[in-house]
Amino acid sequence: MENNVEPEYAIVTNDLSIHYGSYTAVKGVNVKVEKQKITAIIGPSGCGKSTLLRSFNRMNDFVPNCRVTGELLLQGQNLYSKDVDPVEARRRIGMVFQKPNPFPKSIYENIAWGARINGFKGNMDELVEQSLRGAALWEEVKDLLQKSAYELSGGQQQRLCIARTIAIQPEIILMDEPASALDPISTLRIEELMQELKKNYTIIIVTHNMQQAARASDYTAMMMIDDQRSGGVIEFDDTKKIFTRPKDKRTEDYVTGRFG
Amino acid sequence: MNPNKNHFPEGDAFRRELNGRYRSATIGEVLFLSALLIAVISLTALLYNIVDGAFGYTAYEYKVDPSTITSKPLNELTQPELVEVLKANISKGAYNKLNNEQAMETRSQADLLSLVLERIIRIDTKAVWSLSDSLFHKTEIEAEVAEKYPDAKLEFRTWLTMNFITAPMSSRAEFAGARTAILGSLWLVGIAVLFALPIGVGAAVYLQEYAPKNLFTRIIQTNINNLAGVPSIVYGMLGLALFVRVLEPLTSGSIFGVTDSNGRTVFAAGLTMGVLVLPLIIINAQEAIKAVPDSLRQAAYGVGATRWQTIWHHVLPNSVAGILTGTILSISRAIGETAPLIVVGASTFITVDPDGLFSKFTALPIQIFNWTTRAQPEFHAIAASAIIVLMVLLLSLNATAILLRNRFQRRL
Amino acid sequence: MSTKNFRPFNLKKTIRPGETIIQSLLFVAGVLSIMITITLVYELGKEALLFFNNPDVTLAKFFGTTEWQPGIGKYGIWPLVTSTLITSFIAMLIALPLGLAAALYLSEYASPKVRSILKPILEILAGIPTVVYGFFALLFVTPILQSIMGKDNISVYNMLSAGLVMGIMILPLISSMSEDAFSAVPRPLREGAYAMGATKLETSLQVVLPAALSGIGAAVILGISRAIGETMIVAVAAGSGPNFTLNPFEAAETMTGNIARISGGDLSYGSIDYTSLFAIALMLFLVTLVLNLISQYVVQRFREQYE
Ligand SMILES: Nc1ncnc2c1ncn2[C@@H]1O[C@H](COP(=O)(O)OP(=O)(O)OP(=O)(O)O)[C@@H](O)[C@H]1O
Ligand SMILES: [Mg+2]
Repeated sequence: MENNVEPEYAIVTNDLSIHYGSYTAVKGVNVKVEKQKITAIIGPSGCGKSTLLRSFNRMNDFVPNCRVTGELLLQGQNLYSKDVDPVEARRRIGMVFQKPNPFPKSIYENIAWGARINGFKGNMDELVEQSLRGAALWEEVKDLLQKSAYELSGGQQQRLCIARTIAIQPEIILMDEPASALDPISTLRIEELMQELKKNYTIIIVTHNMQQAARASDYTAMMMIDDQRSGGVIEFDDTKKIFTRPKDKRTEDYVTGRFG
Repeated sequence: MNPNKNHFPEGDAFRRELNGRYRSATIGEVLFLSALLIAVISLTALLYNIVDGAFGYTAYEYKVDPSTITSKPLNELTQPELVEVLKANISKGAYNKLNNEQAMETRSQADLLSLVLERIIRIDTKAVWSLSDSLFHKTEIEAEVAEKYPDAKLEFRTWLTMNFITAPMSSRAEFAGARTAILGSLWLVGIAVLFALPIGVGAAVYLQEYAPKNLFTRIIQTNINNLAGVPSIVYGMLGLALFVRVLEPLTSGSIFGVTDSNGRTVFAAGLTMGVLVLPLIIINAQEAIKAVPDSLRQAAYGVGATRWQTIWHHVLPNSVAGILTGTILSISRAIGETAPLIVVGASTFITVDPDGLFSKFTALPIQIFNWTTRAQPEFHAIAASAIIVLMVLLLSLNATAILLRNRFQRRL
Repeated sequence: MSTKNFRPFNLKKTIRPGETIIQSLLFVAGVLSIMITITLVYELGKEALLFFNNPDVTLAKFFGTTEWQPGIGKYGIWPLVTSTLITSFIAMLIALPLGLAAALYLSEYASPKVRSILKPILEILAGIPTVVYGFFALLFVTPILQSIMGKDNISVYNMLSAGLVMGIMILPLISSMSEDAFSAVPRPLREGAYAMGATKLETSLQVVLPAALSGIGAAVILGISRAIGETMIVAVAAGSGPNFTLNPFEAAETMTGNIARISGGDLSYGSIDYTSLFAIALMLFLVTLVLNLISQYVVQRFREQYE
């Protein structure tokens, strides 16, 4: 990406570290996440990918002994400064989880609920349709809107969760292994969907699937654990570079499958 | 997208709404917490109410002036002197009856003194005040007594005394004690446990270790769960029909040659209680047995143990603490049960201690019920005292259960 | 040590009489509970049938009249039923909102430390014998009600006081069952709500509560069953003597209260008073049985939903 203008960044971290009690799970992360791009986070299990991702929308607030140090800047504001409202932050930064977690409500309500609590004014039916279309689910469920979301397949449920996230019109969507509980076809659909979504949103995705990261992302952050069991980003670059000419030997071993 | 039509509030507008949402969130949290506070307040009020009733001023008169009977102050009389006083002042029949219950020479000085007060001097309680009134309205009380009952003595009385615990029943609240009732409760619980514990543990072992997973087992399990939810008064009706009436020859002891009783014995009531706690004991024992890890059983089978050897040497020893805890909790349920005892015919007034399976009986909760429903406030005072005795009993049972549970948890 | 390479052994089935006897005994213990239920139904049914077979007792009188004095030929069950329903209703009016709110606080808000202080208080409330609650209702709550409303407007024995105290008694049951239901709601569901920018209250009330609804339903049903079968509070505080009224400030005897009072007096076997008690008890048994079964079924289904 040879660009003359400085790219716009959705998230910039400065020496971001995340601690569970006295244990530092993620140490010294410095990354710049570009707007309207897909950034993948890869790395072996337990290296702190989820921890890092959850720090991006303050989901770690719900872990009693979790502490964040360093800076996490969104449009120049530190997400962890005292005057930031976590509820508003989460509404700006949506999240899709590893296992689909639709609410025990109708398909329609699953989408309308988030919009409603956030004060949506306007035509709800339209918003629901728009969001379901945005998540490539509309055609499959347009006649089942009042059915329980639990009646959908796992892949459909996951797209419903994406739909409810885009319904509240966030800036950034975080995805933690969103396809790991799905079959290959559903996985592919989610990947296609991500390509659609990046036109409007910045996407950060955690994945264990190397092909997925290589296929779907623009940038990749490689995380690895150090000898104190603290994870860190050891390499952050264009996805192409990471997968073809990685700088770090450990990255090369990992992406080529020669890892531990 | 038309920004005027479909939009989310942004910036300040969103902030304003969010502040409203936060406000309701705070109100919600406060409301939820206040539900718990109401529970705390209720418990406090209940305990206060009980303690408040068990102590306080009482105004009483003597029907007979003590100086007409003896020249010494009453509480300085010796044991033989008191016997003399009794002999001289009550009818021969009544004296003989008392003597038959317990020989005069063997009665304690305190016991005789209360007999003298009860039978001869005849205390007449005019009014009773609660602890809080006694503490905070002493002068009003004194004025009221001086005006209404000029002859009465005002005295701060502790209704819950050692004498209350050790004295038998009396028709006068001032002398009534809870001994008969406490002993009755102990007999009941003893019989209930002897009946329900072996059967309950047996049933639990059968269901957890032997029963095949089929419809019949499911029916047994559902049935046990349901029995645990049957209202206790319905168990009383079962006890009345089955143990008191149909099995009368057994429960009255007539087949063993006991003649002077009907089916309304401590035995029948104890069995009724046993049936009542059986499902609880089974369910608790099942939980305890479930907690024994399967690897233990497999290890035992692996060295060639039979099923029963495995159960007896490994499963039961490792679940015994849990079973005992469950049993204690069932006992505390039984000890407070009142309704089934009323139905199977607990005696409301009985002065002799239960001395065998076929005795008539009363129990602590029965006395609490009777005294509570009496009109005279002095009975409420002894009801409160009996409640304290009951609660202390329950508290120590539960403390034992907690101790057992802690030991059990440490071991596994 | 000299070793033999081959020691003959026999793998034929051995009969172990000890094992068989023990297994049979355990089986009997297991089946005894079924026999208890059968005996219960048989005894209640037999005496209740005697009551209904009495030529004087007709279903028309039983369900069609409003006075209950079997001893003098009045067989209208309604006064006992209405007072049972009213006291139970008042109890649920107290226990349900308070129990739910307490459960929400304990499961969604309380820190482990606060929880470890507050939870035992509910457990103590649950362990207090009901006769003690009766004492509390009659000698504490009723006087307060009387001083609030005036002695002329509320009688010494009244359904309100009994119902209120019964509500406090049932509160721990509702709250502990609801709390179980709330904690069975998976964490990711809450996280999903928070990730949409929901506040804690919105998450608790609009996601967790609806997700636990069937579990709460089971708690409510069991609570109602407990209220209907509760005896001592109403026997002490609600009044003795059937009274057909919907006014909670009046005294009226419930079904359980009637059984307690009549059976506590002199009762001769086979008299109409005696058999009438079994008719009431049978009704109590059947109603609570159905409620308990529904509750168990709902809890079962609820557990499967999130497994
Ligand atoms: N709530 C918590 N409390 C304490 N430690 C935690 C907590 N959550 C995670 N950890 C620890 O933090 C480290 C990183 O965990 P994290 O879940 O972020 O790893 P991950 O890279 O997402 O792993 P995976 O690929 O298996 O999902 C692990 O050592 C984990 O044990
Ligand atoms: Mg993870």
